[in-house]
Amino acid sequence: MGRPKIARKSTWVDMTAFCDVAFLLLSFFILTTKFKAPEAISVVTPSSVSSKTAEDQDQCLVTISPDGRVFISYSEEERRMEVVDDLNKRLNLQLSEADLKKASKAEFFASSLSTLKSFVNLPAEQRNGKSLPGIPCVDSTHNEVTEWIASTSSVFLGQKLNLMVKGDKDVPYPIFKNVIDAFKKNDQMKFQIITNQEPIPAGSPLSEKQRAGEKLSD
Amino acid sequence: MADLGEGGGGGGHKKGPGVKKGKKLNTRVDLTPMVDLGFLLITFFIFTTTMSTPTVMKLFLPKDTEKPEEQNKAKESGALTIMLGKDRNVFYYEGILADNGSNFKSTDFKGIRDVILNKKKNTDPKDLVIVIKPSKDSKFRDVVDALDEMTINDVKRYALVDISEPEMQLINATQGVAPATPQQ
Repeated sequence: MGRPKIARKSTWVDMTAFCDVAFLLLSFFILTTKFKAPEAISVVTPSSVSSKTAEDQDQCLVTISPDGRVFISYSEEERRMEVVDDLNKRLNLQLSEADLKKASKAEFFASSLSTLKSFVNLPAEQRNGKSLPGIPCVDSTHNEVTEWIASTSSVFLGQKLNLMVKGDKDVPYPIFKNVIDAFKKNDQMKFQIITNQEPIPAGSPLSEKQRAGEKLSD
Repeated sequence: MADLGEGGGGGGHKKGPGVKKGKKLNTRVDLTPMVDLGFLLITFFIFTTTMSTPTVMKLFLPKDTEKPEEQNKAKESGALTIMLGKDRNVFYYEGILADNGSNFKSTDFKGIRDVILNKKKNTDPKDLVIVIKPSKDSKFRDVVDALDEMTINDVKRYALVDISEPEMQLINATQGVAPATPQQ
């Protein structure tokens, strides 16, 4: 009267396939991860329903910090040098060849034109957004952003330029107005505001349009 | 670890008596820790990947013209002026501001959508133009939200204009603050 013997099966599971999948996913995520570029200053952008992603080439980015300081950065190193070179020649800033080289390494510009020489000579670790004064942009008579944009437009003349404004959501409007006035003065009528995406509110004309399958305008 | 119990013995079936064989080494490697490590790293990369890529909102500015005949004209009946005040207050009036400020109304960002939609329903789409006037006390976010409202409500013609003095006074009176306190 023995009990029927149940064959003891091995419970060993082959983990190889599992392991393969895990590492495949891992390599995918490693390759697709883009580490955030060091930013001039941390800003919290406002949100909009726009779904167009920002281009990261040929850009001239004007960053406005929450306390209203203005920074300018360019995505390409040679552009930085050309813009600074143009400023130098036009306004006679007395920058040397070596200064221009250093300027091309600067991730952003955050000083008045008169102190640009000492700014580009700052060691990289001192060039952080917290302590620097920013580009003066107080009112329409004392607005150096205009000079920067003037040089930018002459450097990018006939080429694609993505002029962008990245402002903190708490920037007072007059500062933003000074920046767009600087654009207007240089006939840069087209620019982009960097925002975070937010969902389109239900029931609005835009969501109806989207449902109808129409192409949303930018 | 990938098996339960059963010792480390490997797949041994009993050998008959007298059969002498060299001890077979089990070449099976337990991959469980490796899988663990793999998924741990995956979770790390998922969490550090910036999911929200920034989006852009395009804006085209009109050219400022001095000559009045070149300026864009807005029909009074189709105009809606939205003013942005302090602390996300929104003010609006239709057409031209009355001298006594009787058509000057106050709302907020939630209410302005209905105002725009109402206006849109009641006017000829050709004539509809919305004028956005941010005051000195408004924030960048308010301006972006107001512009966004134009996209949401599918308004084709809108303009960003400086605020005028009587409007500023009305806003200050409504908000109950002393006029134009400079910021910082």
